[in-house]
Amino acid sequence: MANVKNWGVLAEFANPAELLHAAQALHDQGYRKFETWSPFPIHGMDDAMGLTGSKVPWITLGGGLTGLTVGLLLQWWTGSVDYPLVIAGKPYFAWQFALPVTFELSILLSAFGTVFGMFALNGLPRPYHPLDRIADFKRVTDDKFFISVEVVDPLYDHEKTTALLSELGGMNVQTVED
Amino acid sequence: MSDNQKIYYEESIFPPPLVAGKHDFHSITEAVCGVVEKPLNINWLLALGAASTFLLVLLGTIGYLFWEGTGIWGLNNPVGWGWAIVNFVFWVGIGHAGTLISAVLFLFRQKWRTAINRFAEAMTIFAVICALVFPGIHVGRVWAAYWMLPIPNQMAMWPNFRSPLLWDVFAVSTYFTVSLLFWYVGLVPDLATLRDRAKNKLAFWGYGVFSLGWRGANRHWQNYERAYMLLAGLATPLVLSVHTIVSFDFAVSVIPGWHTTIFPPYFVAGAIFSGFAMVLTLAIPSRKMFGLEDFITLRHIENMNKIILVTGTLVGYAYAMEFFIAWYSGSPYEGFAFINRAFGPYNWAYFAMVSCNVISPQFFWSKKMRMNLTVAFILSIFVNIGMWFERFVITMSLHRDFLPSSWDYYQPTVFDVACLLGSFGLFFTLFILFLKFLPAVAISEVKGVMPQADPHWEGYHKDTEAHHG
Repeated sequence: MANVKNWGVLAEFANPAELLHAAQALHDQGYRKFETWSPFPIHGMDDAMGLTGSKVPWITLGGGLTGLTVGLLLQWWTGSVDYPLVIAGKPYFAWQFALPVTFELSILLSAFGTVFGMFALNGLPRPYHPLDRIADFKRVTDDKFFISVEVVDPLYDHEKTTALLSELGGMNVQTVED
Repeated sequence: MSDNQKIYYEESIFPPPLVAGKHDFHSITEAVCGVVEKPLNINWLLALGAASTFLLVLLGTIGYLFWEGTGIWGLNNPVGWGWAIVNFVFWVGIGHAGTLISAVLFLFRQKWRTAINRFAEAMTIFAVICALVFPGIHVGRVWAAYWMLPIPNQMAMWPNFRSPLLWDVFAVSTYFTVSLLFWYVGLVPDLATLRDRAKNKLAFWGYGVFSLGWRGANRHWQNYERAYMLLAGLATPLVLSVHTIVSFDFAVSVIPGWHTTIFPPYFVAGAIFSGFAMVLTLAIPSRKMFGLEDFITLRHIENMNKIILVTGTLVGYAYAMEFFIAWYSGSPYEGFAFINRAFGPYNWAYFAMVSCNVISPQFFWSKKMRMNLTVAFILSIFVNIGMWFERFVITMSLHRDFLPSSWDYYQPTVFDVACLLGSFGLFFTLFILFLKFLPAVAISEVKGVMPQADPHWEGYHKDTEAHHG
């Protein structure tokens, strides 16, 4: 096929130590549009790749504050505006009795924010990915470790990048079509 | 120094590996996925058949209950709350150990939890499903059950937020939702493993859809780990609040024996106690059946037995303190409620509760007993029974109320028994299905706690030195 574009290159590494070392080296050389793939999170990899902190906590906080507000407003409005009813001589609204439901709603919406925020930040669900074309890549969820460099990285040069990955200990370096 | 002490000191300096046997990353995948990928075997089918028979009993009873009303249960005038609330509290309590293992032990960096957390979280979810059945069916007019939720309706009514029963609706449904999310987030990488190993289209699509296209990118792991930690941080106060609010169902009412401030901590301790017992009841046979002994090791069993000893003793302290405060308060009603519990018509239930919950865990002071699978299994059953009786004893405080002419004795009917047994059917049906179709051990987490997962593991440094040398 003539007009096939390349997505990037993929190299396999023997173990977490080599993966970490290679990621560090790529980052030091100035590569940014690269990714490491592993069956479990690897300690120190975020620093090696030069990643900044995750944004998930901010979404969690947003969810929590929404839950807090909704919880208080719901109990105050239903109990003292829309349907005021004297029950056991208790006040229509008081923060003390509103505490349990407010707390539970804050937790619930924080959890929604955390989980759905995490999936959204990760761009999941993602049914198809160019790497799915590589048969060996299936083992990434089992016991294999990979680094991919995308063509969109400004430093990307097919020959040089491929050579660099092999030099860093990458095995089976191969081109990934888009 | 005795042998026990020697072992203790050795283990605190050189902790034994979390995964026993010779395992690498691939063999872990094989061991856990193997259980799912093997063809159905006859024992599993028999177990499923037995469990689902009881599930049918539950469904049949519920059908009859809807037709006939709550009169088919043994409820009478002073005892307006019968086995339905006993079963509800029992099942919610069981769920709590799952959250404790997955969230609290995670925050305390107890890496040994990785082998049992998936298992325990599944138990949580199924137990909470069983729990949710009871408030759902006990309302009598089930078609009005939606009144429990703040749904705008043509009657322009809203639920009464001043009632602890409504707090309970929010607590338990939040607990269920958050536990489900926590479990699911943990499952995603492992479902991806199953997807990538799928041999047929159905498995590929089934696991593929639910794994959402997880491929193990480090940028994903970064957000994932952060989200997991946050969820653990949210689930920890949640689990404490849930059983606190469940205890408010009793404690906020003005009934002698219920209206006590010790209820929230006492209920939480009891919940953890019964939950760990249920984890053991499930883990001991299933680790054998599915060959997971290298992951759920004796050390795990021993640790759980220690928690049972601690929480069992805490519960015992609460029983003693309830009695003490009843006497110290000087309230004759309070005093009567407790004397009646221990020496009244339900003294047999009180005796069953104390002997199962307080006396039986004391065997676990001995390391030999903690390490003995048979003892641990039998005691875990005792604790399950004892904790059911605890809730029974508390609920039965109602049978002698303020007016002696209305005193009565609650006796369960066959439908009460059918509901309780049937709820076990529901629980085990779900659990048996889980064991076969989902990875029972958290694959990616177990790999992550192996020494070779650490990039600075000494084995790798020898390798690189050999390269350069």
